[in-house]
Amino acid sequence: MSDPLLSVRDFSVRYETAAPVDAVRDVSLTVHRGEVLGLAGESGCGKTTLAYGVQRLLKPPAVIPGGSVTWHDADGTDTDLLALDAAALRAFRWDKISMVFQGAMSALNPVATVGAQLADVFEVHRPAMSRAERTAAVVELLEIVKVGAARIKSYPHELSGGMRQRIMIAMALALRPQLVVMDEPTTALDVLVQREILREITSLREAFGFSVVFITHDLPLLLEISDRIAVMRAGQIVELDTAANIWFRPQHDYTKTLLSSFPRLTAERTVNR
Amino acid sequence: MTSIDVQGVSKTYRVRGAGSIDALSDVSFTLSSGQTIGMVGQSGSGKSTVAKILTQMERPTSGQVLLDGEPIPTRGAALRAYRQQLRMVFQDPFASLNPYHSIRHHVERPLVLSGVVPPGEVDAEVHRLLDKVQLDAGVVDRRPHELSGGQRQRVAIARALAPRPALLVADEPVSMLDVSLRMGVLSLLSDIQAEDGLGVLYITHDLATARYFSDEIIVLNQGRVVEHGSADDVILRPQHPYTRELREASPDPESFFADHVGGVR
Repeated sequence: MSDPLLSVRDFSVRYETAAPVDAVRDVSLTVHRGEVLGLAGESGCGKTTLAYGVQRLLKPPAVIPGGSVTWHDADGTDTDLLALDAAALRAFRWDKISMVFQGAMSALNPVATVGAQLADVFEVHRPAMSRAERTAAVVELLEIVKVGAARIKSYPHELSGGMRQRIMIAMALALRPQLVVMDEPTTALDVLVQREILREITSLREAFGFSVVFITHDLPLLLEISDRIAVMRAGQIVELDTAANIWFRPQHDYTKTLLSSFPRLTAERTVNR
Repeated sequence: MTSIDVQGVSKTYRVRGAGSIDALSDVSFTLSSGQTIGMVGQSGSGKSTVAKILTQMERPTSGQVLLDGEPIPTRGAALRAYRQQLRMVFQDPFASLNPYHSIRHHVERPLVLSGVVPPGEVDAEVHRLLDKVQLDAGVVDRRPHELSGGQRQRVAIARALAPRPALLVADEPVSMLDVSLRMGVLSLLSDIQAEDGLGVLYITHDLATARYFSDEIIVLNQGRVVEHGSADDVILRPQHPYTRELREASPDPESFFADHVGGVR
Protein backbone atom coordinates (compact mmCIF):
# COMPACT_ATOMS: atom_id res chain seq x y z
CA MET A 1 0.00 0.00 0.00
CA SER A 2 3.00 2.32 0.00
CA ASP A 3 3.00 2.54 -3.77
CA PRO A 4 1.57 5.96 -4.64
CA LEU A 5 -0.44 6.46 -7.84
CA LEU A 6 -1.72 10.00 -7.41
CA SER A 7 -0.30 12.58 -5.00
CA VAL A 8 -2.35 15.66 -4.28
CA ARG A 9 -0.63 18.37 -2.23
CA ASP A 10 -2.15 21.55 -0.77
CA PHE A 11 -4.70 21.53 -3.55
CA SER A 12 -7.34 24.29 -3.68
CA VAL A 13 -10.20 25.20 -5.97
CA ARG A 14 -11.91 28.57 -5.90
CA TYR A 15 -15.03 29.62 -7.75
CA GLU A 16 -14.27 33.19 -8.81
CA THR A 17 -17.83 34.46 -8.62
CA ALA A 18 -18.96 37.85 -7.29
CA ALA A 19 -18.48 36.40 -3.83
CA PRO A 20 -15.61 33.92 -4.34
CA VAL A 21 -16.16 30.45 -2.89
CA ASP A 22 -13.25 28.33 -1.71
CA ALA A 23 -14.74 24.97 -2.62
CA VAL A 24 -11.61 22.96 -1.89
CA ARG A 25 -9.03 24.21 0.60
CA ASP A 26 -5.47 22.92 0.94
CA VAL A 27 -6.29 19.28 0.43
CA SER A 28 -3.45 16.76 0.55
CA LEU A 29 -3.99 13.09 -0.07
CA THR A 30 -2.41 10.15 -1.82
CA VAL A 31 -4.18 7.45 -3.77
CA HIS A 32 -2.20 4.25 -3.65
CA ARG A 33 -1.97 1.68 -6.39
CA GLY A 34 -4.70 -0.93 -6.06
CA GLU A 35 -6.64 0.69 -3.24
CA VAL A 36 -10.22 1.88 -2.87
CA LEU A 37 -10.20 5.35 -1.37
CA GLY A 38 -13.60 6.49 -0.18
CA LEU A 39 -14.47 10.18 -0.24
CA ALA A 40 -17.34 10.97 2.11
CA GLY A 41 -19.19 14.13 2.98
CA GLU A 42 -22.51 15.88 2.54
CA SER A 43 -23.73 17.76 -0.54
CA GLY A 44 -21.66 20.84 -1.21
CA CYS A 45 -18.66 19.74 0.87
CA GLY A 46 -16.43 19.84 -2.20
CA LYS A 47 -15.91 16.13 -2.83
CA THR A 48 -16.97 16.22 -6.48
CA THR A 49 -15.11 19.51 -7.04
CA LEU A 50 -11.96 17.87 -5.68
CA ALA A 51 -12.34 14.81 -7.91
CA TYR A 52 -13.01 16.91 -10.99
CA GLY A 53 -10.37 19.46 -10.06
CA VAL A 54 -7.43 17.05 -9.90
CA GLN A 55 -8.31 15.94 -13.43
CA ARG A 56 -8.73 19.58 -14.45
CA LEU A 57 -12.30 18.96 -15.53
CA LEU A 58 -13.60 22.19 -14.00
CA LYS A 59 -14.56 25.15 -16.15
CA PRO A 60 -14.34 28.85 -15.28
CA PRO A 61 -15.22 30.49 -12.95
CA ALA A 62 -13.41 27.64 -11.16
CA VAL A 63 -9.69 28.31 -10.76
CA ILE A 64 -6.93 26.33 -9.06
CA PRO A 65 -5.06 28.93 -6.99
CA GLY A 66 -2.53 26.52 -5.60
CA GLY A 67 -1.23 23.06 -4.95
CA SER A 68 0.18 20.22 -6.98
CA VAL A 69 -1.18 17.02 -8.48
CA THR A 70 1.34 14.39 -9.47
CA TRP A 71 0.58 11.21 -11.33
CA HIS A 72 2.95 8.28 -10.76
CA ASP A 73 2.43 6.08 -13.77
CA ALA A 74 2.84 2.30 -13.74
CA ASP A 75 5.66 2.77 -16.28
CA GLY A 76 7.67 4.69 -13.68
CA THR A 77 7.27 8.23 -15.03
CA ASP A 78 5.83 11.08 -12.97
CA THR A 79 3.52 13.67 -14.53
CA ASP A 80 2.54 17.07 -13.16
CA LEU A 81 -1.16 17.17 -14.08
CA LEU A 82 -1.47 20.89 -13.45
CA ALA A 83 1.22 21.57 -16.08
CA LEU A 84 -0.22 19.50 -18.95
CA ASP A 85 -1.24 21.40 -22.09
CA ALA A 86 -4.60 20.75 -23.75
CA ALA A 87 -3.40 18.00 -26.09
CA ALA A 88 -1.47 16.17 -23.39
CA LEU A 89 -4.43 16.47 -21.03
CA ARG A 90 -6.76 15.02 -23.65
CA ALA A 91 -4.44 12.06 -24.13
CA PHE A 92 -4.12 11.58 -20.37
CA ARG A 93 -7.78 11.66 -19.41
CA TRP A 94 -9.70 8.41 -19.71
CA ASP A 95 -6.46 6.63 -20.65
CA LYS A 96 -5.00 6.92 -17.14
CA ILE A 97 -7.95 8.15 -15.05
CA SER A 98 -11.54 7.51 -16.06
CA MET A 99 -14.84 8.30 -14.37
CA VAL A 100 -18.17 6.68 -13.65
CA PHE A 101 -20.70 9.44 -13.37
CA GLN A 102 -23.66 9.54 -11.05
CA GLY A 103 -26.62 9.73 -13.40
CA ALA A 104 -26.26 6.84 -15.84
CA MET A 105 -29.54 8.04 -17.27
CA SER A 106 -28.22 11.45 -18.20
CA ALA A 107 -24.59 10.49 -18.79
CA LEU A 108 -25.51 8.25 -21.74
CA ASN A 109 -26.65 9.71 -25.04
CA PRO A 110 -30.31 8.73 -25.52
CA VAL A 111 -30.14 8.75 -29.33
CA ALA A 112 -27.05 6.57 -29.81
CA THR A 113 -26.76 2.83 -29.19
CA VAL A 114 -24.61 1.79 -26.25
CA GLY A 115 -22.33 -0.02 -28.69
CA ALA A 116 -21.71 3.18 -30.63
CA GLN A 117 -21.04 5.11 -27.43
CA LEU A 118 -18.49 2.55 -26.28
CA ALA A 119 -16.88 2.52 -29.74
CA ASP A 120 -16.52 6.31 -29.49
CA VAL A 121 -13.93 5.89 -26.75
CA PHE A 122 -11.71 3.86 -29.07
CA GLU A 123 -12.28 6.13 -32.04
CA VAL A 124 -10.98 9.10 -30.07
CA HIS A 125 -8.23 7.50 -28.03
CA ARG A 126 -7.12 4.63 -30.29
CA PRO A 127 -7.46 6.10 -33.81
CA ALA A 128 -5.29 3.35 -35.26
CA MET A 129 -7.87 0.69 -34.49
CA SER A 130 -9.90 -0.64 -37.40
CA ARG A 131 -13.70 -0.79 -37.28
CA ALA A 132 -13.56 -4.55 -36.76
CA GLU A 133 -11.11 -4.18 -33.89
CA ARG A 134 -13.32 -1.55 -32.27
CA THR A 135 -16.37 -3.80 -32.54
CA ALA A 136 -14.43 -6.68 -31.04
CA ALA A 137 -13.30 -4.45 -28.16
CA VAL A 138 -16.86 -3.24 -27.52
CA VAL A 139 -18.16 -6.82 -27.51
CA GLU A 140 -15.43 -7.77 -25.03
CA LEU A 141 -16.35 -4.83 -22.77
CA LEU A 142 -20.05 -5.73 -22.80
CA GLU A 143 -19.13 -9.28 -21.80
CA ILE A 144 -16.74 -8.10 -19.08
CA VAL A 145 -19.45 -6.08 -17.33
CA LYS A 146 -21.98 -8.90 -17.94
CA VAL A 147 -24.39 -6.87 -20.03
CA GLY A 148 -23.77 -9.25 -22.93
CA ALA A 149 -22.82 -8.61 -26.54
CA ALA A 150 -26.46 -9.01 -27.59
CA ARG A 151 -27.12 -5.53 -26.20
CA ILE A 152 -24.64 -3.81 -28.51
CA LYS A 153 -27.44 -2.23 -30.55
CA SER A 154 -29.63 -1.31 -27.56
CA TYR A 155 -30.44 2.29 -26.73
CA PRO A 156 -30.01 3.42 -23.10
CA HIS A 157 -33.79 3.59 -22.48
CA GLU A 158 -34.08 -0.09 -23.37
CA LEU A 159 -31.84 -1.05 -20.46
CA SER A 160 -32.56 -1.19 -16.73
CA GLY A 161 -30.86 1.25 -14.35
CA GLY A 162 -28.38 -1.43 -13.27
CA MET A 163 -27.47 -2.29 -16.86
CA ARG A 164 -26.99 1.38 -17.73
CA GLN A 165 -24.62 1.74 -14.82
CA ARG A 166 -22.74 -1.35 -16.08
CA ILE A 167 -22.38 0.36 -19.46
CA MET A 168 -20.90 3.37 -17.66
CA ILE A 169 -18.43 1.05 -15.93
CA ALA A 170 -17.57 -0.61 -19.25
CA MET A 171 -16.90 2.81 -20.72
CA ALA A 172 -14.64 3.70 -17.79
CA LEU A 173 -12.67 0.46 -18.20
CA ALA A 174 -12.38 0.68 -21.99
CA LEU A 175 -8.77 1.91 -22.01
CA ARG A 176 -7.73 -0.09 -18.93
CA PRO A 177 -7.05 2.99 -16.79
CA GLN A 178 -5.02 2.80 -13.60
CA LEU A 179 -7.55 4.86 -11.65
CA VAL A 180 -11.33 5.00 -11.88
CA VAL A 181 -13.16 7.81 -10.09
CA MET A 182 -16.70 6.76 -9.22
CA ASP A 183 -19.04 9.59 -8.33
CA GLU A 184 -22.11 8.19 -6.54
CA PRO A 185 -22.27 5.26 -8.98
CA THR A 186 -24.99 3.39 -7.09
CA THR A 187 -27.01 6.12 -5.39
CA ALA A 188 -29.96 5.94 -7.78
CA LEU A 189 -30.15 2.14 -7.70
CA ASP A 190 -32.18 0.00 -5.35
CA VAL A 191 -30.36 -1.95 -2.71
CA LEU A 192 -30.20 -5.32 -4.51
CA VAL A 193 -28.94 -3.82 -7.77
CA GLN A 194 -26.53 -1.65 -5.80
CA ARG A 195 -25.01 -4.73 -4.17
CA GLU A 196 -24.78 -6.49 -7.53
CA ILE A 197 -22.88 -3.52 -9.03
CA LEU A 198 -20.55 -3.33 -6.02
CA ARG A 199 -19.71 -7.03 -6.38
CA GLU A 200 -19.04 -6.43 -10.05
CA ILE A 201 -16.67 -3.56 -9.26
CA THR A 202 -14.82 -5.76 -6.76
CA SER A 203 -14.34 -8.61 -9.22
CA LEU A 204 -13.29 -6.23 -12.01
CA ARG A 205 -10.73 -4.70 -9.66
CA GLU A 206 -9.36 -8.16 -8.95
CA ALA A 207 -9.16 -8.83 -12.68
CA PHE A 208 -7.66 -5.51 -13.80
CA GLY A 209 -6.03 -4.09 -10.67
CA PHE A 210 -7.14 -0.48 -11.02
CA SER A 211 -7.47 1.87 -8.05
CA VAL A 212 -10.82 3.46 -7.20
CA VAL A 213 -11.78 6.79 -5.69
CA PHE A 214 -15.36 6.19 -4.58
CA ILE A 215 -17.37 9.33 -3.87
CA THR A 216 -20.62 9.04 -1.95
CA HIS A 217 -22.52 10.46 0.96
CA ASP A 218 -23.52 6.93 1.95
CA LEU A 219 -21.06 6.33 4.78
CA PRO A 220 -22.31 2.83 5.75
CA LEU A 221 -21.70 1.72 2.17
CA LEU A 222 -18.29 3.35 2.05
CA LEU A 223 -17.21 1.65 5.26
CA GLU A 224 -17.78 -1.74 3.66
CA ILE A 225 -16.01 -1.18 0.36
CA SER A 226 -13.11 1.20 1.11
CA ASP A 227 -9.57 0.51 2.22
CA ARG A 228 -9.26 4.09 3.47
CA ILE A 229 -11.80 6.88 3.84
CA ALA A 230 -11.33 10.62 3.58
CA VAL A 231 -14.06 12.62 5.31
CA MET A 232 -14.60 16.05 3.77
CA ARG A 233 -16.31 19.06 5.19
CA ALA A 234 -16.46 22.60 3.84
CA GLY A 235 -13.72 21.96 1.30
CA GLN A 236 -11.27 20.35 3.69
CA ILE A 237 -10.39 16.80 4.59
CA VAL A 238 -11.08 16.61 8.30
CA GLU A 239 -10.03 13.00 8.70
CA LEU A 240 -8.34 10.34 6.57
CA ASP A 241 -7.84 6.86 7.92
CA THR A 242 -8.50 3.18 7.30
CA ALA A 243 -12.18 2.21 7.15
CA ALA A 244 -11.82 0.23 10.38
CA ASN A 245 -10.27 3.20 12.21
CA ILE A 246 -12.97 5.55 10.94
CA TRP A 247 -15.54 3.11 12.27
CA PHE A 248 -13.95 2.11 15.56
CA ARG A 249 -11.81 5.13 16.40
CA PRO A 250 -13.13 8.24 14.67
CA GLN A 251 -11.05 11.24 15.76
CA HIS A 252 -12.85 14.26 14.38
CA ASP A 253 -16.18 15.43 15.81
CA TYR A 254 -17.63 15.75 12.33
CA THR A 255 -16.81 12.11 11.53
CA LYS A 256 -18.53 11.11 14.76
CA THR A 257 -21.56 13.19 13.81
CA LEU A 258 -21.69 11.61 10.36
CA LEU A 259 -21.43 8.12 11.82
CA SER A 260 -24.19 8.77 14.31
CA SER A 261 -26.56 10.26 11.75
CA PHE A 262 -27.28 6.91 10.13
CA PRO A 263 -29.86 4.59 11.61
CA ARG A 264 -28.33 1.19 12.21
CA LEU A 265 -29.72 -1.76 10.35
CA THR A 266 -29.14 -4.34 13.04
CA ALA A 267 -27.86 -2.60 16.18
CA GLU A 268 -29.81 -0.85 18.91
CA ARG A 269 -32.33 1.59 17.57
CA THR A 270 -30.49 4.70 18.68
CA VAL A 271 -29.36 7.60 16.59
CA ASN A 272 -28.51 11.23 17.14
CA ARG A 273 -31.17 13.36 15.55
CA MET B 1 -59.37 6.24 15.41
CA THR B 2 -59.31 5.88 11.65
CA SER B 3 -58.15 2.84 9.82
CA ILE B 4 -57.83 1.78 6.25
CA ASP B 5 -58.20 -1.86 5.28
CA VAL B 6 -56.60 -3.15 2.13
CA GLN B 7 -58.26 -6.47 1.41
CA GLY B 8 -56.97 -8.89 -1.22
CA VAL B 9 -56.05 -6.13 -3.63
CA SER B 10 -54.64 -7.06 -7.04
CA LYS B 11 -53.73 -4.74 -9.86
CA THR B 12 -53.04 -5.86 -13.41
CA TYR B 13 -51.79 -3.45 -16.03
CA ARG B 14 -52.39 -4.29 -19.67
CA VAL B 15 -49.37 -3.49 -21.78
CA ARG B 16 -49.73 -3.18 -25.51
CA GLY B 17 -47.78 -5.95 -27.21
CA ALA B 18 -46.63 -7.45 -23.92
CA GLY B 19 -49.77 -8.99 -22.47
CA SER B 20 -50.28 -7.92 -18.88
CA ILE B 21 -48.26 -7.20 -15.77
CA ASP B 22 -49.44 -8.16 -12.32
CA ALA B 23 -48.27 -5.16 -10.32
CA LEU B 24 -50.01 -6.33 -7.15
CA SER B 25 -51.32 -9.77 -6.23
CA ASP B 26 -53.63 -10.31 -3.29
CA VAL B 27 -52.20 -7.62 -1.01
CA SER B 28 -53.86 -7.20 2.39
CA PHE B 29 -52.97 -5.03 5.37
CA THR B 30 -54.52 -2.54 7.79
CA LEU B 31 -53.12 0.90 8.56
CA SER B 32 -54.57 2.65 11.61
CA SER B 33 -54.05 6.11 13.00
CA GLY B 34 -51.25 6.27 15.53
CA GLN B 35 -49.16 3.69 13.69
CA THR B 36 -46.32 3.73 11.17
CA ILE B 37 -45.99 0.88 8.70
CA GLY B 38 -42.86 0.64 6.61
CA MET B 39 -43.32 -0.84 3.15
CA VAL B 40 -40.08 -2.08 1.62
CA GLY B 41 -39.09 -3.78 -1.60
CA GLN B 42 -36.92 -3.09 -4.60
CA SER B 43 -37.81 -1.04 -7.67
CA GLY B 44 -40.81 -2.53 -9.42
CA SER B 45 -42.01 -4.48 -6.39
CA GLY B 46 -45.37 -2.69 -6.39
CA LYS B 47 -44.79 -0.22 -3.53
CA SER B 48 -45.90 2.81 -5.50
CA THR B 49 -48.91 0.98 -6.92
CA VAL B 50 -50.09 0.51 -3.34
CA ALA B 51 -49.80 4.28 -2.85
CA LYS B 52 -51.73 4.94 -6.06
CA ILE B 53 -54.53 2.61 -5.04
CA LEU B 54 -54.76 4.09 -1.54
CA THR B 55 -55.07 7.59 -3.00
CA GLN B 56 -57.50 6.36 -5.68
CA MET B 57 -55.24 7.41 -8.52
CA GLU B 58 -55.63 3.79 -9.62
CA ARG B 59 -58.47 1.33 -9.03
CA PRO B 60 -57.71 -2.23 -7.98
CA THR B 61 -58.41 -4.93 -10.56
CA SER B 62 -59.82 -7.01 -7.72
CA GLY B 63 -60.10 -6.76 -3.97
CA GLN B 64 -61.24 -3.71 -2.02
CA VAL B 65 -60.07 -0.86 0.17
CA LEU B 66 -62.20 0.11 3.17
CA LEU B 67 -62.00 3.27 5.25
CA ASP B 68 -63.43 2.55 8.68
CA GLY B 69 -65.37 -0.34 7.21
CA GLU B 70 -66.81 1.54 4.21
CA PRO B 71 -65.57 1.13 0.63
CA ILE B 72 -63.52 4.22 -0.27
CA PRO B 73 -65.35 6.62 -2.59
CA THR B 74 -64.38 6.66 -6.24
CA ARG B 75 -65.68 10.03 -7.41
CA GLY B 76 -67.06 13.45 -6.69
CA ALA B 77 -67.21 15.28 -3.39
CA ALA B 78 -66.93 12.06 -1.42
CA LEU B 79 -63.61 11.23 -3.12
CA ARG B 80 -62.33 14.75 -2.43
CA ALA B 81 -63.30 14.40 1.21
CA TYR B 82 -61.54 11.02 1.33
CA ARG B 83 -58.38 12.54 -0.11
CA GLN B 84 -58.37 15.03 2.74
CA GLN B 85 -58.41 12.12 5.17
CA LEU B 86 -55.54 10.34 3.46
CA ARG B 87 -52.75 12.57 2.16
CA MET B 88 -49.63 11.93 0.20
CA VAL B 89 -46.01 13.10 0.36
CA PHE B 90 -44.26 12.41 -2.93
CA GLN B 91 -40.70 11.37 -3.61
CA ASP B 92 -39.42 14.30 -5.62
CA PRO B 93 -39.67 17.68 -3.88
CA PHE B 94 -38.38 19.32 -7.06
CA ALA B 95 -41.27 18.03 -9.18
CA SER B 96 -44.11 17.97 -6.67
CA LEU B 97 -44.20 21.71 -5.99
CA ASN B 98 -45.43 24.16 -8.63
CA PRO B 99 -42.53 26.45 -9.64
CA TYR B 100 -44.90 29.33 -10.45
CA HIS B 101 -46.48 29.51 -7.01
CA SER B 102 -45.30 30.77 -3.65
CA ILE B 103 -44.91 28.54 -0.63
CA ARG B 104 -47.95 30.32 0.82
CA HIS B 105 -50.05 29.19 -2.14
CA HIS B 106 -49.01 25.56 -1.72
CA VAL B 107 -50.04 25.44 1.92
CA GLU B 108 -53.05 27.75 1.59
CA ARG B 109 -54.80 25.87 -1.24
CA PRO B 110 -55.63 22.72 0.70
CA LEU B 111 -56.76 24.88 3.64
CA VAL B 112 -59.17 26.85 1.46
CA LEU B 113 -60.41 23.81 -0.44
CA SER B 114 -61.00 21.73 2.67
CA GLY B 115 -62.39 24.58 4.74
CA VAL B 116 -60.80 23.25 7.91
CA VAL B 117 -60.32 26.79 9.14
CA PRO B 118 -62.54 29.85 8.53
CA PRO B 119 -61.23 32.21 5.78
CA GLY B 120 -60.07 34.72 8.38
CA GLU B 121 -57.75 32.21 9.99
CA VAL B 122 -56.10 30.81 6.86
CA ASP B 123 -53.03 33.01 7.13
CA ALA B 124 -52.44 32.14 10.78
CA GLU B 125 -52.89 28.45 9.94
CA VAL B 126 -50.32 28.66 7.11
CA HIS B 127 -47.83 30.03 9.62
CA ARG B 128 -48.74 27.39 12.18
CA LEU B 129 -48.15 24.63 9.61
CA LEU B 130 -44.81 26.08 8.50
CA ASP B 131 -43.78 26.31 12.11
CA LYS B 132 -44.87 22.71 12.63
CA VAL B 133 -42.51 21.54 9.87
CA GLN B 134 -39.76 23.77 11.29
CA LEU B 135 -39.67 26.24 8.42
CA ASP B 136 -38.97 29.87 9.03
CA ALA B 137 -41.99 32.14 8.44
CA GLY B 138 -39.79 34.05 5.99
CA VAL B 139 -40.16 31.34 3.34
CA VAL B 140 -43.86 32.02 2.93
CA ASP B 141 -43.51 34.39 -0.03
CA ARG B 142 -40.69 32.52 -1.69
CA ARG B 143 -41.03 30.11 -4.55
CA PRO B 144 -39.86 26.48 -4.56
CA HIS B 145 -36.63 27.10 -6.49
CA GLU B 146 -35.42 29.38 -3.72
CA LEU B 147 -35.52 26.56 -1.18
CA SER B 148 -33.24 23.57 -0.62
CA GLY B 149 -34.47 20.03 -1.19
CA GLY B 150 -34.98 19.48 2.51
CA GLN B 151 -36.96 22.70 2.86
CA ARG B 152 -39.11 21.80 -0.12
CA GLN B 153 -39.92 18.42 1.33
CA ARG B 154 -40.98 20.21 4.53
CA VAL B 155 -43.33 22.33 2.43
CA ALA B 156 -44.74 19.15 0.89
CA ILE B 157 -45.32 17.79 4.40
CA ALA B 158 -47.03 21.02 5.52
CA ARG B 159 -49.26 20.84 2.44
CA ALA B 160 -50.14 17.23 3.22
CA LEU B 161 -50.99 18.09 6.82
CA ALA B 162 -53.12 21.14 5.98
CA PRO B 163 -56.55 19.46 5.84
CA ARG B 164 -55.74 17.62 9.09
CA PRO B 165 -55.66 14.12 7.67
CA ALA B 166 -55.77 10.94 9.72
CA LEU B 167 -53.48 9.04 7.40
CA LEU B 168 -50.36 9.89 5.44
CA VAL B 169 -48.72 7.97 2.62
CA ALA B 170 -45.07 8.96 2.24
CA ASP B 171 -43.60 7.45 -0.94
CA GLU B 172 -39.80 7.52 -0.66
CA PRO B 173 -39.99 10.94 1.02
CA VAL B 174 -36.24 11.30 1.53
CA SER B 175 -34.60 9.28 -1.22
CA MET B 176 -33.99 12.40 -3.32
CA LEU B 177 -32.46 14.26 -0.39
CA ASP B 178 -28.85 14.39 0.69
CA VAL B 179 -28.07 11.81 3.36
CA SER B 180 -27.24 14.52 5.86
CA LEU B 181 -30.81 15.88 5.56
CA ARG B 182 -32.67 12.59 5.54
CA MET B 183 -32.72 11.92 9.25
CA GLY B 184 -33.97 15.45 9.93
CA VAL B 185 -36.96 15.09 7.63
CA LEU B 186 -37.76 11.57 8.85
CA SER B 187 -37.48 12.60 12.48
CA LEU B 188 -39.82 15.50 11.77
CA LEU B 189 -42.34 13.15 10.16
CA SER B 190 -42.02 10.80 13.08
CA ASP B 191 -42.54 13.59 15.64
CA ILE B 192 -45.63 14.83 13.80
CA GLN B 193 -46.93 11.28 13.53
CA ALA B 194 -46.68 10.87 17.29
CA GLU B 195 -48.02 14.35 18.06
CA ASP B 196 -51.07 14.14 15.79
CA GLY B 197 -51.64 10.40 16.10
CA LEU B 198 -51.32 9.99 12.35
CA GLY B 199 -51.26 6.66 10.59
CA VAL B 200 -48.25 6.69 8.26
CA LEU B 201 -47.38 4.34 5.43
CA TYR B 202 -43.67 4.88 4.89
CA ILE B 203 -42.68 3.49 1.49
CA THR B 204 -38.95 3.04 1.03
CA HIS B 205 -36.23 0.74 -0.21
CA ASP B 206 -34.04 1.63 2.76
CA LEU B 207 -34.32 -1.10 5.37
CA ALA B 208 -32.41 0.81 8.04
CA THR B 209 -34.74 3.81 8.14
CA ALA B 210 -37.78 1.54 7.72
CA ARG B 211 -36.75 -0.30 10.85
CA TYR B 212 -35.93 2.85 12.73
CA PHE B 213 -39.17 4.69 12.06
CA SER B 214 -41.79 1.94 11.71
CA ASP B 215 -43.82 -0.16 14.10
CA GLU B 216 -44.48 -2.81 11.49
CA ILE B 217 -42.79 -3.63 8.19
CA ILE B 218 -44.35 -5.13 5.09
CA VAL B 219 -41.98 -6.62 2.51
CA LEU B 220 -43.24 -6.60 -1.07
CA ASN B 221 -41.70 -8.67 -3.84
CA GLN B 222 -43.13 -8.79 -7.34
CA GLY B 223 -46.43 -7.44 -6.11
CA ARG B 224 -46.86 -9.92 -3.27
CA VAL B 225 -46.52 -9.46 0.47
CA VAL B 226 -43.78 -11.93 1.36
CA GLU B 227 -43.39 -10.88 4.98
CA HIS B 228 -45.29 -8.70 7.45
CA GLY B 229 -44.41 -8.31 11.11
CA SER B 230 -42.97 -6.04 13.76
CA ALA B 231 -40.07 -3.93 12.49
CA ASP B 232 -37.47 -5.72 14.59
CA ASP B 233 -38.77 -9.19 13.72
CA VAL B 234 -38.70 -8.53 10.00
CA ILE B 235 -35.22 -6.96 9.94
CA LEU B 236 -33.45 -8.88 12.71
CA ARG B 237 -35.17 -12.25 12.25
CA PRO B 238 -36.27 -12.30 8.61
CA GLN B 239 -38.22 -15.43 7.68
CA HIS B 240 -38.56 -15.09 3.93
CA PRO B 241 -35.52 -15.62 1.66
CA TYR B 242 -36.29 -12.38 -0.18
CA THR B 243 -36.24 -10.38 3.05
CA ARG B 244 -32.91 -12.01 3.92
CA GLU B 245 -31.58 -11.09 0.49
CA LEU B 246 -32.62 -7.46 0.99
CA ARG B 247 -30.98 -7.41 4.39
CA GLU B 248 -27.74 -8.96 3.14
CA ALA B 249 -27.58 -6.36 0.38
CA SER B 250 -28.09 -3.41 2.74
CA PRO B 251 -24.94 -1.75 4.06
CA ASP B 252 -24.51 -2.71 7.69
CA PRO B 253 -21.14 -1.64 9.11
CA GLU B 254 -21.98 -3.23 12.46
CA SER B 255 -22.09 -6.78 11.12
CA PHE B 256 -19.47 -6.05 8.47
CA PHE B 257 -16.79 -5.13 10.98
CA ALA B 258 -17.91 -7.85 13.38
CA ASP B 259 -17.31 -10.37 10.58
CA HIS B 260 -14.15 -8.86 9.15
CA VAL B 261 -12.27 -7.47 12.11
CA GLY B 262 -13.33 -10.12 14.53
CA GLY B 263 -15.58 -7.88 16.59
CA VAL B 264 -13.04 -5.48 18.03
CA ARG B 265 -15.65 -3.94 20.25
